[in-house]
Amino acid sequence: MEAGVPAEIRAEPGAADIASRLTVVPRRNYGIWIGTALALVLAAVIFRAFASNPAFAWDTAAGYLFHPSIMRGLGTTLILTVVIMLLAIVIGTVIAIMRVSPSPVLRGFSAVYVWFFRGVPALIQLIFWFNLSLLVREISLTLPFIGTVFSARTNDFMTPFVSAIVALSLCEAGYMAEIIRAGIKSVPSGQAEAASALGMPYRMTLKRITLPQAMRFVLPPTGNEAINLLKMTSLVTFIAVDDLFYSAQSIYARTFETIPLLIVVAFWYLAVVSIMSVGQHFLERHFGRSDVRTEAMPLRALRNAFSLRGTR
Amino acid sequence: MSNIKTENRARFSVPDNSMVFARGVRKSYAQLEVLKGIDLDVPVGSVACIIGPSGSGKSTFLRCINHLEKISGGILLVDSQFVGYDLRGDKLHEVRDDLLCARRAEIGMLFQSFNLFAHMTVMENLIEAPTQVRRVPVDQAKAEAEVLLRRVGLLDKVNRYPRELSGGQQQRVAIARAMAMKPKVLLFDEPTSALDPELVGEVLQVMRDLAESGMTMVVVTHEIGFAREIGDQLVFMDGGVIVEQGAPREMIANPQSPRTREFLSRVL
Repeated sequence: MEAGVPAEIRAEPGAADIASRLTVVPRRNYGIWIGTALALVLAAVIFRAFASNPAFAWDTAAGYLFHPSIMRGLGTTLILTVVIMLLAIVIGTVIAIMRVSPSPVLRGFSAVYVWFFRGVPALIQLIFWFNLSLLVREISLTLPFIGTVFSARTNDFMTPFVSAIVALSLCEAGYMAEIIRAGIKSVPSGQAEAASALGMPYRMTLKRITLPQAMRFVLPPTGNEAINLLKMTSLVTFIAVDDLFYSAQSIYARTFETIPLLIVVAFWYLAVVSIMSVGQHFLERHFGRSDVRTEAMPLRALRNAFSLRGTR
Repeated sequence: MSNIKTENRARFSVPDNSMVFARGVRKSYAQLEVLKGIDLDVPVGSVACIIGPSGSGKSTFLRCINHLEKISGGILLVDSQFVGYDLRGDKLHEVRDDLLCARRAEIGMLFQSFNLFAHMTVMENLIEAPTQVRRVPVDQAKAEAEVLLRRVGLLDKVNRYPRELSGGQQQRVAIARAMAMKPKVLLFDEPTSALDPELVGEVLQVMRDLAESGMTMVVVTHEIGFAREIGDQLVFMDGGVIVEQGAPREMIANPQSPRTREFLSRVL
């Protein structure tokens, strides 16, 4: 239609009549049908293999599911995850705040921290801390005029459990620092400026305005980190901390029921990850409440749980 | 306290009733000189409107008043006091953070982008600074906030989040939030520039009410009509200097400088 001519639909008489008799034939998408068929066949084959192969020994696996030593191992894994995650969040927050500080020395320190602890593989850090006594025999605090206040042999307190916590906390803190720093940067600068103009000091602004808003951006990746960490704690098996994996290993080393016990381990990791995903969903909803106008569907919680992903 | 004010007044010959007093205010970033010597007097209870093209330094000057930007030279006093410094002899000592904050709390500021705290409801926005900075009891702060919200006509939005409000409503909440600190002076940095044209009126109406209640205001704006109607003085800035200042009506009707005439002819 030419410019300037008022746009107006002119229907010929009887056109509406014809239009009412027309029907729409949906386009056939054969690719989707073929794909669906293939996926179903594949699922059936896998299911059959799992069900019919006696080597899986499902009965044996079921028998070990609530075995006392597996339960103890699961407990250790959970304690490690919670303690390490909490320490990593605290240390990571401190490192992240240093990273955005006006002092170049603090910024440099935190940059090197992140570079080192993210760069060295977790397993190597773990074994390093476990062997700390080779480097430092004794740790003591000596004050002038007072003398030695505190002294301990490294081997006495660097138990496998403590080494695991120290090593993985420091390592995980490197990742958390980057996540929290990105969260702080994601808060518009106008927010801190408005707080300053209202007379709020820097630390109050950080605590009351910037960090709570950063939380919304920080939570989804932190959920992912927690899930990764849960799985990463299986590394402590190498320094003989009796976590879930180590407990399973020590059983199948005796009985040679390797596959059933690995299934038990996989089951518990999946179960905990699923529960964590649900918890993450509710945490995200809590911190995102200034965003949502209507209540999110409860269905989303379920979908989140079963998709086994940290992010939305 | 008032001793310092008396000393400053005598030393810098600050006029009586001065709220904002600027003499030779300069500000540079590295090589770039943004303010090249600003002289301005804003008496208590008056409204000064600053107009000018973007990049003229008007927003920078406003941010210097509450020390969000440090000035590079000259003298800038609010209520006869330095905001970021203590004068001892001939030396200006930068003040501690808590003292700076206490002085800033008495200078309200409004922003082009409102900057309401996005994670807080309207009520939480209003009571945040009074309860945290001034340690006002929560109940008292809430009662005062309700009075202010009624005044800006948004009492029904107390439990809403900023995202749920229109731009005009957000700016009115921001004005109420600034007023909750009972400031001596309000600084407006292009308060209506980010608003849809039909929402500008409601914000200007609130500002008009404030001016009529005797609030001292420094307003950087593009609303010439508002400046003419409400302003006690009009300041035209360009290139980091004040090109012309005077009574709004005469200045708009009969600008003396060709630069002012050119600018006004384009915005009117």
